Amino acid sequence: MPLYLTDEQAMLRDTARDFVAEHAPVSHMRALRDANDATGFSRDLWKQFAEMGLTGILIPEADNGLGLGHVEAGVVLEEIGRNLSPSPFLSTAVAAVEALKGTAHAARWFPGILAGETVAALAIDEHAKHDGRVEMRAERSGNGFKLNGAKRFVAHGHVANLLIVAARTGEGTTLFAVPNGAKGFSAAPERLADASLAAHLRFDGVEVDADAVIGDVDAGDAPLSRLLAAGRTGASAELLGVGGGAADMTVNYLKERKQFGVLIGSFQALQHRAAHLYSEMEVARAAVLKAAQLLDSGQDAGEAVSVAKAMTGLATTLAVQEGVQMHGGIGMTDEYDIGFYMKRARVLAEMFGDSNFHANALAEAAGY
Amino acid sequence: MTDDLETFRAETRAWLEANCPAEMRKPMRGEKDATWGGRNPTYAHPDQKLWMDRMGARGWTVPDWPKEYGGGGLSPAETKILREELKRINARNPLNSFGISMLGPALLKYGTEEQKLEHLPKIARGEIRWCQGYSEPNAGSDLAGLATSADDAGDHYIVNGQKVWTSYADQADWIFCLVRTDKTSKQGGISFVLFDMASEGVSTKPILLISGYSPFCETFFDNVKVPKANRVHDENKGWDVAKYLLGHEREMISGMGLGAAGGDPLIEAARKGVDPILRAQIALFDVRSRAFSAMSERFIDELKAGRAHPAQPSMMKYYGTELNKTRHELMMAAGGSDALEWESDASSHGAAPRAWLRTKANSIEGGTSEIQLNIIAKRILDLPS
Repeated sequence: MPLYLTDEQAMLRDTARDFVAEHAPVSHMRALRDANDATGFSRDLWKQFAEMGLTGILIPEADNGLGLGHVEAGVVLEEIGRNLSPSPFLSTAVAAVEALKGTAHAARWFPGILAGETVAALAIDEHAKHDGRVEMRAERSGNGFKLNGAKRFVAHGHVANLLIVAARTGEGTTLFAVPNGAKGFSAAPERLADASLAAHLRFDGVEVDADAVIGDVDAGDAPLSRLLAAGRTGASAELLGVGGGAADMTVNYLKERKQFGVLIGSFQALQHRAAHLYSEMEVARAAVLKAAQLLDSGQDAGEAVSVAKAMTGLATTLAVQEGVQMHGGIGMTDEYDIGFYMKRARVLAEMFGDSNFHANALAEAAGY
Repeated sequence: MTDDLETFRAETRAWLEANCPAEMRKPMRGEKDATWGGRNPTYAHPDQKLWMDRMGARGWTVPDWPKEYGGGGLSPAETKILREELKRINARNPLNSFGISMLGPALLKYGTEEQKLEHLPKIARGEIRWCQGYSEPNAGSDLAGLATSADDAGDHYIVNGQKVWTSYADQADWIFCLVRTDKTSKQGGISFVLFDMASEGVSTKPILLISGYSPFCETFFDNVKVPKANRVHDENKGWDVAKYLLGHEREMISGMGLGAAGGDPLIEAARKGVDPILRAQIALFDVRSRAFSAMSERFIDELKAGRAHPAQPSMMKYYGTELNKTRHELMMAAGGSDALEWESDASSHGAAPRAWLRTKANSIEGGTSEIQLNIIAKRILDLPS
């Protein structure tokens, strides 16, 4: 498979690009922030995503979805990133769907996702750093389990209808699909640096049925690693969009801003930095596509996914830093959009493990 | 994947298993292990010649060239499969050649039928070794400022001047050379000519580098007769050929940023134990290196499909060479004092420090990194002058 988008994928990208730019440009995110919106995203927009079929992008055709792959999901996420559009697409249509696909949960949850009514949140992190440690416990109780513990940094955790929860069971880890509204569950949303909302979750003896288990008891690592691979690849694609959006804004600014009587884009010092940034973003783009293609082909994609997440973290961090710097003073103002890119990039870079986490994972896999 | 391609893969695998000598599946130990062919070839091991001849006879030194010019006539998909199968067995490059990576593509595009039939098959089989006459003492990064003159003398030119940084000129059989045929126009006064290095009036002088080697030469032309039939493309249109060829040169050099087949020596060094700071530096480098590997795959796929931006080789050259310098800097750090030995047998006669020093030229030769960044800024990002 060649490492570029097929004509069909390019068409999907164009459609997604037009749609997101029209319905959820940066001003949409700014308006939600200024209104201190308690949901954190537009439910109307989520419905529109559903009407276009996009919420079912990874749902198999047999389950009435589009039956497409991670390359296509990434194409949509890149446009979401480029426009900083607040959306549960990554957690719901990508990560949660990937965890539930092929399990008994598909029949229960996919119709709501396809209809744009269901939002899923991923309760997998318990510390300030994504590190895979699971301390939350699930103990057998009656016909089901009792969950005790806490999760944090859960995007959409306060409004989700469905929580994907990783908990320690007797012999290992188990993944649960927990419907919202259970007794003993509480969610405290916190506004993050990028104005998005992520919740601290508490589970105090939350009772779930045995059929909440995704896959098998003590065998949660398999669906969890599918969820993580999809989430990491998707977050990489979204980061690519954030970095690409910031880089485009910046290069355009270099072409219109005058100082010393000339366009600042004619200065070699800035040209070289812009060209270097272009190179980093292109390399990151290749890494993301490689990871998505490998995932879609069913081959072992673990290391490629780590490369993608780490590389987009590095490249996009550079893109937003150079973006603010090259905009000069105006780049530091709230009125101008470039700063939003810096904030969103930091949040996405941290999500599902940052560049250091994934570089370290590669080093461990290589045995050094 | 179609059945035809699966069959091709199986046959290719079987042929390589039968024909690639075991010695050619081991990593090269130094520059002397490289196979260059030519009229007066040198081989550190007889299997080098065997491997080159077998691949050359099949056209697989240049798998995607047409068969009538000595190539394998393979489709892009088949070429990719061949590359994958070669990589799978860690096969060495059967033939290093500026004829393959630079002149060949330019001749395929701009050469006459006679020129193609005369030169391409010999390039494919490694019979003639080529060097490149581009840079001059006063025309390095400003390449079009070259002064070597080619004066019209009827059916031939009389060439006078000096080239510099001519890689392996002292061992090359022929040269592809930029000469000035019109002094009134800078880029529009350059022609692209081919001639035998054994011609009367050609002399070379090696330049000793910081690595202790002399891959480069100064090359002098004193009233060299060059038949006009050896000019590629029209008179004064040599700059078009030069630019096209530079794109291929940059594509070739960009491959340097990739890890070696059959185990990355940097990772091997890291496994022996390094301090945590260096370990982190290597790990972050590894991220970029692997991402660049994906970029190389993407670039080749896009090139083959005609989708690559024409200036993208500049990006590949820039990124690949900067990455390669970083790689060798990290390898020196990981190697410690072992990586400093210059002459000992145990150090393969200083392979590590010599390679490290050699990489410092990567971002200078073939257009400096700064020139590549200029090209990206102007031609891809469309930034103002």
